[in-house]
Amino acid sequence: MKAARALALVALASAAAIAHGAGRDPRRGEEIYSRCLACHALAYDRTGPRHCGLFGRRAGSVAGFAYSDAMKRSNIAWNAKTLDRFIADPLKTVPGTTMGYAGVKDARERGDLIAYLESAGKSEECRKAR
Amino acid sequence: MSSFLDFIDSPLALPARRRFIGHGLMLSGAAVALLVGNEALAATGGKATEDDVRILNTALGAELEAIAAYQVGAETGLLQKPVLDLAVTFQGHHKEHAATLSKTIATLGGKPVAAKAKYTFPTDKLKSQEDVLRFAASLEKGAVSAYLGAIPVFGNRDLAKAAASILGDEAMHWAILRNAVGEVPVPSAFVS
Ligand code: HEC
Repeated sequence: MKAARALALVALASAAAIAHGAGRDPRRGEEIYSRCLACHALAYDRTGPRHCGLFGRRAGSVAGFAYSDAMKRSNIAWNAKTLDRFIADPLKTVPGTTMGYAGVKDARERGDLIAYLESAGKSEECRKAR
Repeated sequence: MSSFLDFIDSPLALPARRRFIGHGLMLSGAAVALLVGNEALAATGGKATEDDVRILNTALGAELEAIAAYQVGAETGLLQKPVLDLAVTFQGHHKEHAATLSKTIATLGGKPVAAKAKYTFPTDKLKSQEDVLRFAASLEKGAVSAYLGAIPVFGNRDLAKAAASILGDEAMHWAILRNAVGEVPVPSAFVS
């Protein structure tokens, strides 16, 4: 009983930590981003769309990139929360997406990755790409 | 024939149930075989889904880009002889992957994507042989991760196996390229 309550508290505390972005490390996130490099780049479109400008933009909205209808109609605005859901399980979050990738299952890795994506969006490379 | 499929599709089915369900499974197995025009694929691997075709097509797009990337790398004039041969060999593997993916997509009733007329590469950052090799290594590492991420989501297990076979090849490219720039060729026991 006591143990269960302690566990619940720990769970709450770590959920709060995640919500506040505590302990996220964009440098570790950059390493995890190397998994995305078969298809994505920050500043230009490849098999997948560019990631500069990702935060705040609507899903499926980079002009000239051939998105799936599923992504265009998903009605998602990208932020830390929606990215966390999508990256955890792209095919389940946006059924019919062409991003045929199981996802990053580890919550901490996703947190780091999203922190990297956010900081990369403010980088020199992305400023130049505008 | 019927018992073979029964075993694959429902190993836990009771014999009495199997007689009833068996026919349904046979039918759907036959329907998939018709649909994909490939008896072996449909019979042993489970249903290929629309997702499978999409996953294959995205992989094909990435392979076509890799072929173009090696072309750009080879044409920089920065690669010297033994390394240049290696790059051309690896490009040949990517061509084989692309051909196989393309054929499979068509067999499954999909429309294989074509190569883009133009690809963007960070050519302004490729100033030496080492730059080119590091760039190629990053693409191969990414490709390993991409196939690793595709394998669990294929509906048809034969397609997952084919993806694993390609993953192995790209992991070898990655290791050789790392070695060529003086990095530890195999940095860890697992890929991610
Ligand atoms: C196999 C290639 C592939 C890999 C690997 C891949 N992606 Fe994607 N990604 C795509 C494609 C293709 C799309 C477009 C999807 C669509 O239109 O349905 C996409 C779309 C996205 C989007 C939506 C962008 C927008 O403009 O709406 C995000 C975010 C994203 N990817 C993040 C990632 C991250 C992070 C990783 C690495 C963990 C990753 N992707 C790995 C191919 C890939």
